[in-house]
Amino acid sequence: MTPTSRHRRALLRLLGAAALAAAALAASPAFAQPIVVRDDRGTEHRFASPPQRIVTMLPSLTETAWVLGVGSRLVGVDRFSDWPAEVAALPHLGGLEDAQIEAIAALRPDLILASTSSRAMERLEVLGFTVVRLKSESHADVQRTVKLVARVLGTPERGALLWQRIENQIDAAAARVPPDLRGRSVYFEIGGGPYAAGTASFVGETLARLGMKNIVPAALGPFPKLNPEFVVRARPDIIMGLRREQAALAARPGWDSLAAVREQRLCGFETTPYEMLTRPGPRMGEAAALLADCLARLGTAGHR
Amino acid sequence: MSAASPAAAVPDADADANARRRRRLVGWMALVLVAGIAAGLATGAAGFSPRAFWADLHAADAALILGQIRAPRTLGAALVGALLGLSGAISQGLFRNPLADPYLLGSAAGAGLGVVLVLAAASLGGAYISLATVVWIERLGVVAAAFVGALTGVAMTLSLSRGAVHTLRLLLAGVVTGVLLGAVSDLITVASPDALRGKQAFMLGSTSFLGWDALALMAAGLAVLALLVQRYARALDALTLGEDSAASLGLDLGRVRLVLVLALSLGTALAVSQSGPVAFVGLVAPHLVRRNAPGLHGWLLLASAGMGAALLLVADVLSRALIAPQELPVGVVTAVLGGGYLFWLLRQRTAP
Repeated sequence: MTPTSRHRRALLRLLGAAALAAAALAASPAFAQPIVVRDDRGTEHRFASPPQRIVTMLPSLTETAWVLGVGSRLVGVDRFSDWPAEVAALPHLGGLEDAQIEAIAALRPDLILASTSSRAMERLEVLGFTVVRLKSESHADVQRTVKLVARVLGTPERGALLWQRIENQIDAAAARVPPDLRGRSVYFEIGGGPYAAGTASFVGETLARLGMKNIVPAALGPFPKLNPEFVVRARPDIIMGLRREQAALAARPGWDSLAAVREQRLCGFETTPYEMLTRPGPRMGEAAALLADCLARLGTAGHR
Repeated sequence: MSAASPAAAVPDADADANARRRRRLVGWMALVLVAGIAAGLATGAAGFSPRAFWADLHAADAALILGQIRAPRTLGAALVGALLGLSGAISQGLFRNPLADPYLLGSAAGAGLGVVLVLAAASLGGAYISLATVVWIERLGVVAAAFVGALTGVAMTLSLSRGAVHTLRLLLAGVVTGVLLGAVSDLITVASPDALRGKQAFMLGSTSFLGWDALALMAAGLAVLALLVQRYARALDALTLGEDSAASLGLDLGRVRLVLVLALSLGTALAVSQSGPVAFVGLVAPHLVRRNAPGLHGWLLLASAGMGAALLLVADVLSRALIAPQELPVGVVTAVLGGGYLFWLLRQRTAP
């Protein structure tokens, strides 16, 4: 018992020394100042130099690392990371709740980026890995995450630039929304419904930035399961959601009375773009552009 | 098994008392059904409110809101409950086991798999299945896929148990099929995580999208099944004496079981495809009937249908009213009500 644990400790010390040596080699004089950040669980993390072997356990964090220009430092991603196409070549390490602890440990990451809630990450923390836990549910979360990750990676200026670019993209998208559609009401359906993305949700925030009104008030929470009467009563001007669900909208009892259904004022998205719309990450500017594309199309259709 | 003992075995005085209890139960169920339907009609996006109902009735869109949405889903909840109650009573009689429920033979797992296939078809397309298959599956739709899936599950169970001759083998085959199909749909949701939410919503049950056409289908199914199982009620009574006694009475056990299994799976498939595998109704309804008014299967089957209807109606109204305009999944409400009832029942039994 004791000899093995002593062995293990010796091995760990050796590994630790090797990692330190590697970090020391990688560190350039410019990063002599240690990087200190506080993550969304309030844990303070100290980095002597920017991490070089990064594992991301959330698609939006993978994207953030990639867009910040450190894609080459990624050594592993979670199962659901599917953008950019290059990450397909990296090891996929399971989901947040069923992360492959052994595989992650074997990669010896010096930084793991993950969301705040996950049992698997607690296990990795106990094993001595640095796990930065970030909440990403809202626009504000994305802003904070982008800036924090950029700081950890030793490129704080890129974080500010990226956020500025996202803001510009959203503003540009908002400017493209046809004036007569601005302020119209939208019902954004999640999955097969009648679950809705409310004002309090991530997509809801994007829609608000585009000047659209949401039929689901913030008080109902981000993704309420609604009484279908509520939707029919609210008479949304536009219905958004998965394309495959929209084909069957008219078949729902009473829904054929909705002008949006009758006049096909629908924004239907295939699975991949739909994923992007609902993913709080650095592509939220692109997501806003996607919504604006559909609104612009509906606007020209209305003028005919 | 004592719960299923035939009333014919008890003396005349008891028989009279039981007849009175049955009449009283019918009265109660009728009352709950009428009150439930009234409450269901008065429960809209604003929650339970008779005054709002009065306003809705005179609003311009009354035909739409009340006629197209609220009325069919309220009556639909009762019909789903009736189908599940009837199927539960058949199942408990057939397996001579008070723990049997309508989903025992793999129908819920099969329906779940059907739904997951439809939801995941788009993302599986090209990689795992051909695009032509994707188009075909998506055209099928969730309701039809759930129906086909439920019947496929039972068919698998029946082929695994080589017919319905041996009860134990049938039960085991049902468990195996359920585990297997459940695992396959879990696997699919790993490959296509966007199907997960839709699957969960389906498995928890919902009456949201029940329309008049669904109602017509379920009512027709219920009528056919009720007539069919009435003819087999005596056979179920004979089965309560044990399989050997039933066989010695000249019962063709294999055929009787097969017909009853088919009736049970058809009823379950109809209910599940329209509103998901709502929990507990099929299990609890026959218990409630037996406990309050025991009788032969001719009574038990129909009364369980009525009890199931009353239960699901009440659960549906609650699920719509409690956090309106949001809704609770109706299966969660029935599980809380049904589980709470069984909990209370066990406490009563074990109390000194």
